[in-house]
Amino acid sequence: MNPQLKNQFNLRAGTTLYGKWHHRSYTIVKELGFGANGTVYLAKDEQAELVAVKLSQDTASVTSEVNVLKSFAKVQGSSLGPSLLDVDDCILQGKQVPFYVMEYIQGEDLLTFVKKRGHSWTGVLLLQLLSDLQRLHEQGWVFGDLKPENLLVTGSPVRIRCIDVGGTTLQGRAVKEYTEFFDRGYWGMGGRKADPAYDLFAVAMVTINTVYPKRFEKSQQPKEQLQKALADRDAFHPYREVLWKAIIGAYVRAEEMRTDLRETLRNRTTSVNGNRTTTTRVHRKKKQRSTQQQKAPQTNKQATGSQQGNIQQSSQAPKSSAVESISLVALVSVAYGFYIYMEYL
Amino acid sequence: MKPGTLKQILLITDGCSNVGEDPVAMAALASEDGISVNVIGVMEEDTIDEKGMNEIESIAASGGGVSQVVYAKALSQTVQMVTRKAMTQTIQGVVNKELQQILGSEVSMEELPPEKRGEVMEVVDELGETVDLNVLILVDTSASMKRKLPTVKESLVDLSLSLNARMGNNQFALFVFPGKKKDVEKLQDWTPKLESLTNHFHKLHVGGVTPTGPAIQTAIDHFSKKQRSLRNLLGRDDNESSIEESV
Repeated sequence: MNPQLKNQFNLRAGTTLYGKWHHRSYTIVKELGFGANGTVYLAKDEQAELVAVKLSQDTASVTSEVNVLKSFAKVQGSSLGPSLLDVDDCILQGKQVPFYVMEYIQGEDLLTFVKKRGHSWTGVLLLQLLSDLQRLHEQGWVFGDLKPENLLVTGSPVRIRCIDVGGTTLQGRAVKEYTEFFDRGYWGMGGRKADPAYDLFAVAMVTINTVYPKRFEKSQQPKEQLQKALADRDAFHPYREVLWKAIIGAYVRAEEMRTDLRETLRNRTTSVNGNRTTTTRVHRKKKQRSTQQQKAPQTNKQATGSQQGNIQQSSQAPKSSAVESISLVALVSVAYGFYIYMEYL
Repeated sequence: MKPGTLKQILLITDGCSNVGEDPVAMAALASEDGISVNVIGVMEEDTIDEKGMNEIESIAASGGGVSQVVYAKALSQTVQMVTRKAMTQTIQGVVNKELQQILGSEVSMEELPPEKRGEVMEVVDELGETVDLNVLILVDTSASMKRKLPTVKESLVDLSLSLNARMGNNQFALFVFPGKKKDVEKLQDWTPKLESLTNHFHKLHVGGVTPTGPAIQTAIDHFSKKQRSLRNLLGRDDNESSIEESV
């Protein structure tokens, strides 16, 4: 996208960085990735342990990120970001370059992981992510630049980890760094002041990205567009409503979203295992609808689906449930009418 | 330590100036007045030539600002990034100056040990969040920019969204060049909300020449007018303690 975005450094494997202040040295193994604010390398320290080294020409951004990582380190049993090992300067081609060294987290980025292992993992990973975010928010931070590239999934045990704290911002301030597709402001769903709901919006968009790996561009009606994106794919079942609530900013705390998500996942595991007929879906839909307090995305497609479901039901037991089915049809019609009313008025 | 109000010119263009004063010299002049000049080059595929590229970089360099060349598609994110980066840069300049006064030598943040840097950075971050910011936006409306104007408009609305998430106050003004009758035309005087000024965008006329130099000069004049009117209003000088005095 950005033609000016070039890797600022081109360090070959075997290059050694000498720390000016702490006199430790690191030998480059390979490049792990680069972005607007620097390049991350895999390196070996003096004990030949693998570490990740981030170099940047921008002292300010390096220092900010180090500040965030230091503050994370004070949280007990923290897995909020990679742990910080060293901060120093080195000389590259006669110029002083600041860098910091962190724990090397080995894993795949979220999209690759889900593509390989299947969407059944999404729910679990989201639960893990929401617990981490809850703790991060309790410390007064907002992660900010939440996107699949910044989420690594480690092997056994499978655990999601946030890397790259470049966007991490104190609550109440303006979000430092973001990526449009995951940004509440871009979609017109709220501002860029850092609050927990900002991250939760991004969590929903990350989930959408796992189903739409190519992402999509904003249309004239972004809200309707997101609603439709959720409705159009079965992969969002059963947490479609939870994602929608995150998008419209109905959750103030990560914990609330986590509880709702846990609940929907529980429903899925207890109900008819894998046997996804239209009828069982209808039952679940109704149950959810009655327990749901917030407006949830319901589309024509879903509504038509439930009507069909009811017709099937009534044809199975024509006499005994005639009254029941009429009242069911009436109920669904009323609900549908109400939905139309809410949508267009 | 309060750096007063940060003053920025944000120039959005797609190529070379061809009328009037040298824009690089005008940018240097702005810098002398404590106004940083940031330049965003907008291109479609690869339409910016080397000459245009050089000019963009030189204007920002002599204007003490930041420059970036992007495809029209990536404009929104770039506009806000460049503005924020320039803010941090200016604030860092002020903080470095302050450091030198305390430590007595040519010390900048880069020369402090990493441990101390963190504390300085917290101050810089805090100022970046709370400082007042005046941005005068100069949009190139020469013929080749015509198709990019809707994107420019969108990116300005987005900029206001980003900056208004800060605690500090913002003021925006919008000028276009070439104007209908003059080289430069004021579309909107100082306002805290950019959304309002982008309403003018659809009635814009695009013209042939690119008087970038005169545009920057007009921008500088407009800043000094603002300052004068403020002083008259307040009846004293020291309330507008701006960057230029501390740098």
